[in-house]
Amino acid sequence: MGQRVDIIGTLTAPLIRQNPVTLQILGICSALAVTTSLATAVTMSVSLTVVLTLSAVIISLIRRHLPDTIRLIVQIVMVASLVIVIDQVLQAYFSEISRDLSIYVSLITTNCLVLGRTEAFARHNPPLPAAVDAFGNGLGYSVILIVLGGIRELFGRGQLFGWQVLPLADAGGWFSPLSLMLLAPSAFFLLGGVVWAVRSVLPEQAEAPEHVPPATVRAAE
Amino acid sequence: MTELWALFLSAAFVDNMPLTLFLGLCTFLALSKRPESAIGLGLAMIGVLGVTVPLNWLIYHGVLAPGAWGWAGRPELDLSYLSLIAFIGVIAATVQLLEMVLDRFFPTIHAAFGSFLPLLTVQCAILAGSLFMVDRSYTLAESAVFGVGSGLGFALAVAMLGAVRSRLAYADLPNGLRGLGVAIVLTGLMSLGFASFAQMAVSQ
Repeated sequence: MGQRVDIIGTLTAPLIRQNPVTLQILGICSALAVTTSLATAVTMSVSLTVVLTLSAVIISLIRRHLPDTIRLIVQIVMVASLVIVIDQVLQAYFSEISRDLSIYVSLITTNCLVLGRTEAFARHNPPLPAAVDAFGNGLGYSVILIVLGGIRELFGRGQLFGWQVLPLADAGGWFSPLSLMLLAPSAFFLLGGVVWAVRSVLPEQAEAPEHVPPATVRAAE
Repeated sequence: MTELWALFLSAAFVDNMPLTLFLGLCTFLALSKRPESAIGLGLAMIGVLGVTVPLNWLIYHGVLAPGAWGWAGRPELDLSYLSLIAFIGVIAATVQLLEMVLDRFFPTIHAAFGSFLPLLTVQCAILAGSLFMVDRSYTLAESAVFGVGSGLGFALAVAMLGAVRSRLAYADLPNGLRGLGVAIVLTGLMSLGFASFAQMAVSQ
């Protein structure tokens, strides 16, 4: 029974509380680059979750046979092989989305999220918890990507998944698209805002101030 | 010559790796708390990108590209799907080699930024440099210039962010924004500034 509770906790913790993007600073690169539309964000989320879960299971299965000195190389080669498979599948069946994502699918290989979770969790745990942890982290990553992708596509083009949700001013509607939303800076601002929001709701995540003003000054006045 | 110079400038400013292409942000945000570590990271990036991109060009065009085995009577052989593994291997080996050389001949430099050299193996910006080289079919000279240029762009951006963040240590920020939050917003502001380089053109 205790095991079951633990598994549910492992699965849900990374969704908001231990979110890989906002708390652990893992996998930010791809989170920002592919969120100009909802479709690419969802594709990227699914690919990353699949790679993450499979690599966590494989690493966890061979964790007792893996010498410490070469484990990084082994892990990277394992992840790279999985990414090649995903990339070929995407090119074969979703060639249009694959072109939009360009090199960012290949970059899942060096996504710190994958290596970070295999290093921190899968290496010390049996396959089932490792898979659950990886899947949960994949979901947490997906939540951020889908929120960012949704906001950017809705306000940048007035669309969701390519459907015109807000009628454009050019086509007789009232909405004039904010093209800034599709550019790089807005991705940073939105992610910064998300981090701020999460940390305001959960104050224990806020970082300690680096410099505390001396209290004696006020006492002297 | 002008074309190479233009490529260098565009790699460093117009297509700045962290600010416009979102590459290498994990180390970019994690190691920019202090200007000293930021400059060390920047120097390491210039070195590693400048070496690995041309090296991977040689490997890709000598072994992996479609038709590379034409001299052996196998022109139909296309190994380009293996490029990801080959590139990662080259990058890991180069980083290891760089670390050993620095440790042996320049121990002071090694001590200055030795602790995060191994991290560069999993830096997306470095792998992306090699992938872009294939994607945009650069020549050998172009790929060397591109590697050094994008390394320099990364170094500039991370040094600037490090300087700004060290000043922010004394700022009175809202609790939730402190640390990571404000670093991301700052990166956004810098990226807004770098967006103006998009109109840059090289005159003869």
